[in-house]
Amino acid sequence: MFLIFAVSFMFAATAGAQEFPRGPINYMNPFNPGGEVDIAARAMQPSLEKNMGVPFVIQYLPGAGGALCWSKLAAAKPDGYTVGGFSIPHIILQPIFMKDVAFKADDFVILSIVEYTPIGLAVKKGFKASTVKEFIEYAKANPGKVSCGGVGKFTGHHFAALQFMKMAGIKLNYVTFTGTAPMQTALMGGHVDAVFSNSTMMVSSKDEIKVLAMGSEQRMNQLADVPTFKELGMEFYPRIARGVMAPKAVPKDVSKRLEKAFLETISKPDFKAKMENAGFVPQVWGIEESRKYLDSETRLLNRLIQDNPDLLSTKN
Amino acid sequence: MALGAQIILQPINLLFCFLGCLMGTLVGVLPGLGPTAAIALLLPNTFHVPPVTAIIMLAGIYYGAMYGGSTTSILVNIPGEAASVITCLDGYQMARKGRAGPALGIAAFGSFIAGTISIIGLMVVAPPLAKFALAFGPPEYFSLMLLGIIILIYLASGSILKALMMFVFGLLVSTIGMDCISGTQRLTFGILELCDGVGLIPAIMGLFGVAEVIANVEQMIKTDTITTKVTNLLPNLQDWKDSFWPIIRGSFLGFFIGILPGPAPVIASFTSYAIEKKLSKHPEKFGTGVIEGVAGPESANNSATGGAFIPLFTLGIPVNSVIAILLGAFMIHGIQPGPMIITKHPDLFWGTVMSMYLGNIMLLVLNLPLIGIWVQVLRVPYPILFPLILLFCLIGVYSLNYSLVEIGLMIGFGVFGYLARKFQFEMAPLVLAIVIGPMMENNLRLSLVISQGNPLIFITHPLSAIFIFVTLALLLSPLVPWIGKRRQKLQEKVEGEEV
Repeated sequence: MFLIFAVSFMFAATAGAQEFPRGPINYMNPFNPGGEVDIAARAMQPSLEKNMGVPFVIQYLPGAGGALCWSKLAAAKPDGYTVGGFSIPHIILQPIFMKDVAFKADDFVILSIVEYTPIGLAVKKGFKASTVKEFIEYAKANPGKVSCGGVGKFTGHHFAALQFMKMAGIKLNYVTFTGTAPMQTALMGGHVDAVFSNSTMMVSSKDEIKVLAMGSEQRMNQLADVPTFKELGMEFYPRIARGVMAPKAVPKDVSKRLEKAFLETISKPDFKAKMENAGFVPQVWGIEESRKYLDSETRLLNRLIQDNPDLLSTKN
Repeated sequence: MALGAQIILQPINLLFCFLGCLMGTLVGVLPGLGPTAAIALLLPNTFHVPPVTAIIMLAGIYYGAMYGGSTTSILVNIPGEAASVITCLDGYQMARKGRAGPALGIAAFGSFIAGTISIIGLMVVAPPLAKFALAFGPPEYFSLMLLGIIILIYLASGSILKALMMFVFGLLVSTIGMDCISGTQRLTFGILELCDGVGLIPAIMGLFGVAEVIANVEQMIKTDTITTKVTNLLPNLQDWKDSFWPIIRGSFLGFFIGILPGPAPVIASFTSYAIEKKLSKHPEKFGTGVIEGVAGPESANNSATGGAFIPLFTLGIPVNSVIAILLGAFMIHGIQPGPMIITKHPDLFWGTVMSMYLGNIMLLVLNLPLIGIWVQVLRVPYPILFPLILLFCLIGVYSLNYSLVEIGLMIGFGVFGYLARKFQFEMAPLVLAIVIGPMMENNLRLSLVISQGNPLIFITHPLSAIFIFVTLALLLSPLVPWIGKRRQKLQEKVEGEEV
């Protein structure tokens, strides 16, 4: 800790003449250390510090599925010295389904989307269906009997399951897990039939489960023998996208400077290779492209909510 | 193994192993600051060294913290770690009798023996045991926890009624937060910080740390300070005789519980205490400063850390928050986690295992001389010691999430703990309920979602059925007098099965 402070003061002293940044940049991490947001942030950290010439301090503010951190970030001083990690669709869905949340997705400017994890469908080993087609047929023959896990309710996994059920015209028994680890264990042990989960989990346990399809545009290098939903004729691209955002009122030149630093960092081949190896799909999107993605995801999710009116009745 | 020895004997790895153990001991001793926070803080410093070196250091922090956690439990009745809560019961009483040295000594030796046993276990039986963890689905977890609580309450030292009251109160506290299935917020009163429930650390710091300070201030007004005459620093022959089997039992128990997901070191230490008390010839003396009550749990929480590495290395599953960060560290270093780690990166697996042997020896060497220094802490006058303890509690809790709400919670729990103590209520069942409550609820409801509401799922799964049957047998046994007489025997059997 003292080291961090000492280093920050040093940088603050030397960077005085420059416009922005003059001091350390605080990065608020909405999830626990070791999570997907953390892995990307840690992998970017050294190169970002070199790029900006100031320390990039990672602070953990986990709680309420990210809502705690984002509520704080929305109220933070918009000077560019406080930025935060995020995931889509969480920042879209939480203001709709959780009360006491003090932010909306529109309160932020997304500086960059740096990676995403496609969501895939996997079944336990030895399950009666070994392709998506068989899975849908089996689920049609046994409506509501196939148990299908996902992490959390009103999350990316939950909405992926809802969308898949709608497209395939089936009904699954959605089982809400509190995290990836218990879900992974339950699937490997055969306690649930199937899961919707991130590519990172699929890559790390691909030999112990059967991955049926992934929501990426192209096949992933780490899962070369797994088809995409697109190949199977489904326009279905479920994913969780992550990156960095700041309060909306940040001055234009500051957000441009931050965007530049992030884009330069994530374009580097070694960053991309690291992310791919761990099961992520690297993405290099700046402010404009990120905005477009956020808007299109918001429209898609709103349609899904309209199709499932009972979801809103559980708003709390 | 030769590969592992080769790796750990490189000077840089030796250095990082030592640094990890040292840091671990320190964060273990400091209340509130746990291994999770320390590992997260130090993670960026490991980017520039090879992955095996990084993992060696981070692992060192983890098991080092289990060594250090007992120190403050014994000296000032404040657990440095959640896993050392139960050590307070007898450890602190030993210190009050001037036997802080033997208590600290047996905790260090027990940790060493348990650590070694669990490393051997990690080497020999890792792959088959990983399958054992997979056999546990939601119904099995629920039934096991149900059985666990029944045994623990059954063995409460004071009034069973009061223990039950504290336990139920703990369960109520554990329902605060977001509903795990529907996402509904319960009893959060618009406070977003309560969404994930009442934090364990603020609760423990309050119930033990703050309450202890209040109680002692009151006592100091009435009487003088406790005598801190320290008789001897190391356990004597009788201590060893009393502690041998508790250490061995605690080691094996902790190892097996460590493989299962969840706060294993906490549950392992509680269970070990309950078993030692049951098997003891003088259960009534537990809580008054018997050495078995320190030896068993301290061994159990240490070997649980070794067990926790099995799912990481064999299945790529992180069973707790510390292991999750290690898994993240693998990914940052470009190592693909999963079942192939041992075959693809033998240097990583064997290097880490061998470093744990050496780390354990380092910790023993590090901790034994420290005992002499630690007991000096007891000589610090209370008017100086207590404000310091309060300060550490405040800093420790605040450093977790930078949350004032948690500071408030800690103070609230402190006042509650003080009052509860006045009326002879025990803290342990309350803490256990806060740990186990959310897991129990979650697994109960997951089971019912999977079975589509059919409660028979707890009986149709064979492992779960065994746990349920034993629980029922325990509950009903007092009703039938002739079974009651055989209760003792039955229970020993139960504990055997649980292991």
